[in-house]
Parts: sequence; C-alpha cells; structure tokens
Amino acid sequence: MTGQYYPTVLGRVLRAMLWLLSLAVLFFLVSPLLAIIPLSLTSSSFLQYPIPSYSFRWYEDFLFNPEWTLAFRNTFIVGTSTAVLATTLGTLAALGLSRDGFPFKRLVTSFFILPIVMPTIVLAVATYFAFAPIGLTNSLVGIILAHTTLAVPFVVVTVGATLSGFDQNLVRAATSLGATPIRAFFKVTLPLVFPGVVSGAVIAFATSLDEVVMILFLAGPDQNTVPRQMFNGIKYFLSPTITAVATTLIVLSVLLLAAVGALRARVSRHYATVGESS
Amino acid sequence: MSDVLVLRAQHRRSKLGRQFVSVGLVVPLFLFLVLTLGVPIAGTFWRAIDDSDVVHALPRTIDALRIWDGQSLPDESVYRLLAVDLQGARENETLALAARRLNYDIAGFRSLLFATARRLPGVAKESSFKDVMIQLDPAWGDLKHWGAIKNATGPVSLFFLLSAIDMKMNADGTTSMRSKEDSVFLQLFGRTFFISFVVTVICLLLGFPLSYFLTTIPARLAYPMLVLVLVPFWTSLLVRTAAWVVLLQNNGVVNSVLHDLQLTQEPLALIYNRVGVYIAMTHILLPYFVLPLYSVMRNISPVYSRAAASLGATPLRTFLKVYLPQCAPGISAGCLLVFAIAIGFYVTPALVGGADDQMISYYIAFYTNTSANWGLACALSVWLLIATVLLFWTYSRLLNVVPGNIP
Repeated sequence: MTGQYYPTVLGRVLRAMLWLLSLAVLFFLVSPLLAIIPLSLTSSSFLQYPIPSYSFRWYEDFLFNPEWTLAFRNTFIVGTSTAVLATTLGTLAALGLSRDGFPFKRLVTSFFILPIVMPTIVLAVATYFAFAPIGLTNSLVGIILAHTTLAVPFVVVTVGATLSGFDQNLVRAATSLGATPIRAFFKVTLPLVFPGVVSGAVIAFATSLDEVVMILFLAGPDQNTVPRQMFNGIKYFLSPTITAVATTLIVLSVLLLAAVGALRARVSRHYATVGESS
Repeated sequence: MSDVLVLRAQHRRSKLGRQFVSVGLVVPLFLFLVLTLGVPIAGTFWRAIDDSDVVHALPRTIDALRIWDGQSLPDESVYRLLAVDLQGARENETLALAARRLNYDIAGFRSLLFATARRLPGVAKESSFKDVMIQLDPAWGDLKHWGAIKNATGPVSLFFLLSAIDMKMNADGTTSMRSKEDSVFLQLFGRTFFISFVVTVICLLLGFPLSYFLTTIPARLAYPMLVLVLVPFWTSLLVRTAAWVVLLQNNGVVNSVLHDLQLTQEPLALIYNRVGVYIAMTHILLPYFVLPLYSVMRNISPVYSRAAASLGATPLRTFLKVYLPQCAPGISAGCLLVFAIAIGFYVTPALVGGADDQMISYYIAFYTNTSANWGLACALSVWLLIATVLLFWTYSRLLNVVPGNIP
C-alpha cells in the first residue's frame, strides 16, 4: 500500500491519527524495556525515578551473590546442554522430514510441534508426575530433558525452513560425481544449512534461558536457575538486582536476535548466489 | 517384460532404502518425544480417569453396591460389609486415599469415614450395623453418601473430568450439573476465556492499525519499526513481566509520571488486579498478533484497492469491501494465536494479578502442589489441553501453516 495519496482533509486527519496511534503502540512495546535499564544502574534500593546517582552495585550483587552465581551456573549448564541435545535431535529429524516421500509427514511434524502448542503448565505437571518416580526431579538432567522437549520444535521448524530452500539437486550432483552419501552430507548439505542449524541452537538456548514453569515443578533448591530466582524475586522481594538481571537478559536477547538475523541473511545470500550460478 | 519387472523392483528397493534412511533420521527425536512428551501426557490422561482409591480400600462394599438400585438404603448385609472393609482399610492404610477421594465428592466424607472406622470396633458383633452406623452418624442414613461410594466403583471413571467442569455422576449413572455452591471450575474457565478474549480484542485494536501502518510506510522506515516489535518478542517473558511489576507499582514509574503531569492525585491501582493482567498480557502477546498479520498485509497487492477506487468506491467502502476481506485470514490467525496462547498463561497472572485474576493454569499448579488433588489437576489439564489443541488446529487450517513458524 505504499505511495497512497490522501487528498481530502479527512484523509489527512485519519493518516495523522494512524501515525500517532502506531507510534504510541510501538512506544508501549518498547518503553517498559527501556525504562527498566536505567533503574538497574541506580544507587538507591528503590526502583524510582529520578535516579539519585548511578552505580554498578546491583550488577555486583548479581555477579558475586552466591545465590545468583549458582543460578547463573545452572542456567548456563542447562541452556548449553539443551541447545546441544535439541539441535542434534531436531536437525536429524528435520533432515529426515525434508527428504522426498517421507511417510505421514504432516502427522509426524504436528507431533514434533506439540510441545510449543500445549500450555507449558500442562506439560510441566505431566513431566513432574512422570519424572518424580524415576528420580529425574531435583536433578539438572531432568530439567535438561524437559527443556529439550520444549526447545526441539523450534529447531525442527528453523532447520526445516532452511532445508525447504535447499536444492536437493546439489546432493544429487555430488553423488553423481562419486561422493558417498555421507561425504555429500558433510561437504554439501551441512555447510549450506549450517546457519539454520546455528539459529536453531540459538533459539533452543534462548528457550531454555527464558523457561520458568518447568523449573518451578522439576527443580529443587540446588537446581535454581536465573528465571526461577527472578520469579521468586518478583513475587516476594523486588530488589534492583532483578532489574540488573533483566537488563543483562535484554542485552543478551538483542544480541541473539541480531545473531539469528545475520544467520538468516547469510542463508538467503547463500541461496541467492547458488541461484545466480545455476 | 522381465526387464521392466527387474527395473520396477530395483526402483522399489531404492525407494524403500531412501524411506528407511529418512525414517532412521527421524526416529531418535520421535523416541525422545514419546518418552518426554507422549508418556507424561498419557499419564495425565490416565490420572484424570483413574478412580481406584475407593475400590482398593472398600472392595467388598463396592462389590455389594454394584447391584444396589440407589432408590432406598442398602440392607443390613451391606452395612456389615462396610464395617469389615473399614477395619481392613484402616489396617492396610488405604483408608486415607479412599477418604480423600470421597471427600472430593461430598465435603465432610473424610471425617465421617474416619470417625466411623474409629468407633466401630466397640460395637457388639450381633447388633444391627445399619442401626448402629446411622446412630453414629445420620449421614449413613442418607442415600447421597451411599451413592458417592457406588460412584467410586472404579477402576476408571469420568468423576474428575466431570468435576473439572462442575458436573457429577449420580447413583443411577446419569450426569447432572453440581449445585451452585459446589460449582467453581466453569467460572474459572469462564474467567480464563474472558481475560484471553479481552486481551485478544485489545491486541486487535492496537495491532491492526500498527500492522497496516507498517505496510504504508517505506521499507527503510518499516524495518527499524519492525525491530521495535521483534525486540520485545524476543525478550524473556519474565523480564517483560518484571518490567511491568516495576513500572506499575503504586510508587512506580507510571504512577509517578501521571502524578508529575498532575493527571492523578492518588496513585492508581495498576497492579495485582485485572488492569495489570491486561496490560502485561497485551504487551507480551501483541507481537504474536502483529507479526503474522503484517506478513499477510505485506503481500496484499494495492491494485485491487486502486481498482475499486477508480471505479468510484469511497475510501471507506474500498477499505471495508476490498482491503479488509484480504486481511481476514491474517486477522483471524492472529486472534486465534493470541487467544490460544493466552488461555495457557501462568507466570504473568501469577506475578501481576490478584487472587481474582488467576487463570486455569494457576489452579492446575495449585491442585498439583498445594492441595495434592492430582486427579482434578490432571482433569483440568486435559480440558485445557483439548481447548488449546482445537484452537491451534483451527489456526493451522486457517493459515495452512505449522504453528510456531513465526517470522
């Protein structure tokens, strides 16, 4: 709808209202995140503007308080393990699903997507009942398995999207030139879909980083993670440390978003060049 | 002829071989999800229908009640069997579970059962157990209590699934609604749907103009603005909830700005109530509305609107009759997506809502952790799951896409 012409006064007024409303909605979306960042740098214990003076004391609390360091360590262990496990399982499955003539493709894909469709609480309670008798509650292993279940659909979708733009003729060309299927996979398929795999891993990590409902049911005090520590902080004692953690997470998610955006751009560039040369 | 057959056989073999590899690649994830998703969810369905606590504790009574017509009080022999069962259940410690299950049906049944079990051993063997028990507690002369025992025949029943929607099974096998004062869950489901509906409408009212706006401005302006939608979308739900908790406090940023602008004298109550829930949930779900709608709107060619205008349609008529119908799939998909995610919300209402703003997820957690009524927790899970899966199924039909495939 670009380049529309608004000749009447009413048209101009409506146009101005659309601008105002849209900018207001964008402001509504971004302002809470922007408002919380300066508050993390306050020297005061109160989360109020104007900020009396700036300090890093809440970041120090976050970095040196043993509760937070344990939570941070657990989050990192769970996040990376989840990313590795979900990316491995999800990439293999996406490769299988993308091959011609996969039986019951729609049904199997729906099953793989189910964990992000169902309310997390339903899966969390179900997992709690299933894991408790076999000793997987109060353990990082149980949390990693549960987070992998939640994260793996994103990997299947992301890698699947990359593969849908992938030209199978390239593999056929490689095998016709004498490459074994395995060699063709590592030399042709993997390098081309690798950005998609890395975005899948990043999204899996981000999913685990944000997850608290499973943690509330599966974790004991030793498995405290950053989201759970935040949940309890917001619920019982709102200290500026929460805003310091929140700011860190906002910066981290912007970086992850930028990384995924760059990887996607790389994927489309790849295909563009492949398209030109063919 | 035989060459064709050989070729066909070879083709089939190679096709089977390819399928074998494809399936082999998918099997690890499939098995993983069967174990971490299939088995737990099957367990939820099982717990929602498992109803064997009473039959374990009172096997003889249940057996005798199978032929009871439910019209008049059971005869002396059934009372005697119940007395035997109660003693047995007390000894092998199955009484507590049975008492808990019967108490879900009729409040006060737990104490009735324990008190009766405690006082029965003093009763002389030859006396009428029927008279004695009714004397101990008149409840034993009430058909309702016997009906509750008969309903708990097990091993599976619809008791919890019906309870979760305020229905009950009668002694004669029919179902009916529970009385007003026993009804809670339909109201909670109603509240859950109502909050989700309001949030969906707000998302529609804010998201539609924004998406439309983004398609009318040049791409070099639209992309940075789209990033402003994507950044909150990517930011942790907890972080965004935390931000709103900080902003909406009585002495928080929003109230102090309103006060400084002299718009309000007293701080507005913006948190731990419905207003806070609407604000925070809208903020979290708005990108889910804008992103699919924007991608639909971007692909709407302007030629149809121009054609309508050139044929003399007023701008309003063009918008309503030509543009809007082309957005309809995006609008319905966005609404369904927002609504379907909203009905499963737990964290945000728990942190910014008050006691009257908790949604069905909260009660699933409550019945699992606090009250340990697992049958009911699982029955509520089943209903919530069915509602969500139906909504997402409609969504994928509408857009013909796999849910979760969000740009």
